[in-house]
Amino acid sequence: MIKLVGVKKTLGGQPVLQGVDLVIPPGKLTTIIGRSGEGKSVLLKHMIGLLQPDEGEVWVDGTEISRLKGHALNEVRKRFAMLFQGAALFDSLTVFENVAFPLREKLRMKGASVTTRVEEKLEQVGLAGMGHKYPAELSGGMRKRAGLARALVMQPEIILFDEPTTGLDPLMAKSIHDLITGMQRKFGFTGVMVSHEIPEIFGISDYVAMLKRGKIAAMAEPAEFQQTSDPEIKEFISVGGPVPPATASAIRQGVS
Amino acid sequence: MMRMLERIGHGVLVHVGEMGRMLVFVVSSFAWLLRPPLRADQIVKQVHFIGYKSTFVVVLTAGFTGMVLALQGYYTLRKFGSEGLLGSAVALSMIRELGPVLAALMVTARAGSAMTAEIGIMRITEQIDALDTMAINPLQYLIAPKLVAGLIGVPLLVAIFDVVGIYGGHLVGVELLGVNAGSYWNSIESSVEWKDVYGGILKSISFGLIVSWVCCYKGFYTRMSAEGLGTATTEAVVLSSVLILVWDYFLTSVLL
Repeated sequence: MIKLVGVKKTLGGQPVLQGVDLVIPPGKLTTIIGRSGEGKSVLLKHMIGLLQPDEGEVWVDGTEISRLKGHALNEVRKRFAMLFQGAALFDSLTVFENVAFPLREKLRMKGASVTTRVEEKLEQVGLAGMGHKYPAELSGGMRKRAGLARALVMQPEIILFDEPTTGLDPLMAKSIHDLITGMQRKFGFTGVMVSHEIPEIFGISDYVAMLKRGKIAAMAEPAEFQQTSDPEIKEFISVGGPVPPATASAIRQGVS
Repeated sequence: MMRMLERIGHGVLVHVGEMGRMLVFVVSSFAWLLRPPLRADQIVKQVHFIGYKSTFVVVLTAGFTGMVLALQGYYTLRKFGSEGLLGSAVALSMIRELGPVLAALMVTARAGSAMTAEIGIMRITEQIDALDTMAINPLQYLIAPKLVAGLIGVPLLVAIFDVVGIYGGHLVGVELLGVNAGSYWNSIESSVEWKDVYGGILKSISFGLIVSWVCCYKGFYTRMSAEGLGTATTEAVVLSSVLILVWDYFLTSVLL
């Protein structure tokens, strides 16, 4: 379980997070929504220790990680993987080498065992036979898939997704969502996703949280979240048109 | 008056802070080098990039530097009837000063700027954050091999520069201007001491460190924009070049 308590962060003199209290349930997919520039990605980076809060605490199970450094922080990070907005694949490596990277560097694995595991992951994300390509030769959607394969290859307990569908067409966005949800159901990892894809996220998330003015304004299951009485949240989620609960359920069943 | 003092004080504090950060950066990187795993493959790759790939431009520069030195030296020495000392003039200038300084400046222009750009792009596209999330220290994986490669690659290039420069001087002095070949080589043998060679090696090692240190640092802490990357690359080249010349003066004054 990830728990943030009173997290505050100021960047460039601008207060971004102003006392975030948030609990991420284990084994579920939680999506964080909010307007652009609200600090959703900043929040995500606090969960994995890429940023340290000015005030407050970040707990990963029984460990408070906000003041950890070096080896102790790396031990916690071994439980995580992160899919970045731009996939953050290493340009100088092929897709295969990118996915194999954590296995070779962290687990010191070599030879056929690496090949087997990487090819299995590439197949799961629909990139079988594309291992020899470089990231620059891939489309946006394929890069995200490769990033997802790299995130999954270490079989992490927690995966953070930073706007995984930004810049993709609706069909590709849907296929990425399906992939994330399918993998989450299959492997049971704890997923935290930052997304703007409303109403689609109501159909795939177990929980939805909204970041507003540096704080978590609401967090609930999708159906409950859509019944909010907060006019600002209502307006925000109604832009894309809320998904009727029946449709949401159908999407979830289809994915699983 | 007070405002001016405040501004000067602020400027001094900013620069002292920056110097402190640079020092921590290089010390931490070398400290990470001592921890396993030893990334020998990365070091070899970087030596290839900094050293081997700079060979052509270094040979070209060295050849023409030696040639022009011989040309200038010949007409100056002829006034005193000392053309026979041409080899000595060319070799000492090359080994003591021009070899280390010009080779280091060429490496800065070719490999240093590329290092800053590469690391800067990795920062902007979150590839460095991705390393962090995989519990792989970027200083150990990315920076330390480049620092070691600078220490190895630049002295080797300087050795090539010296030899090619002396042969360039021979080409112009002996083959074109008719200086006796025996006196050219004899004057080199009688005037160049091991002290000169050691001094050149010491300079080249320290210049190698300056180039890789400054260029890696500027890339690592680049601002998150294309403009920031451009500025970082320019600053890296300018600062490295200036530091090479300043450090050369101090080192020469100690070595002489």
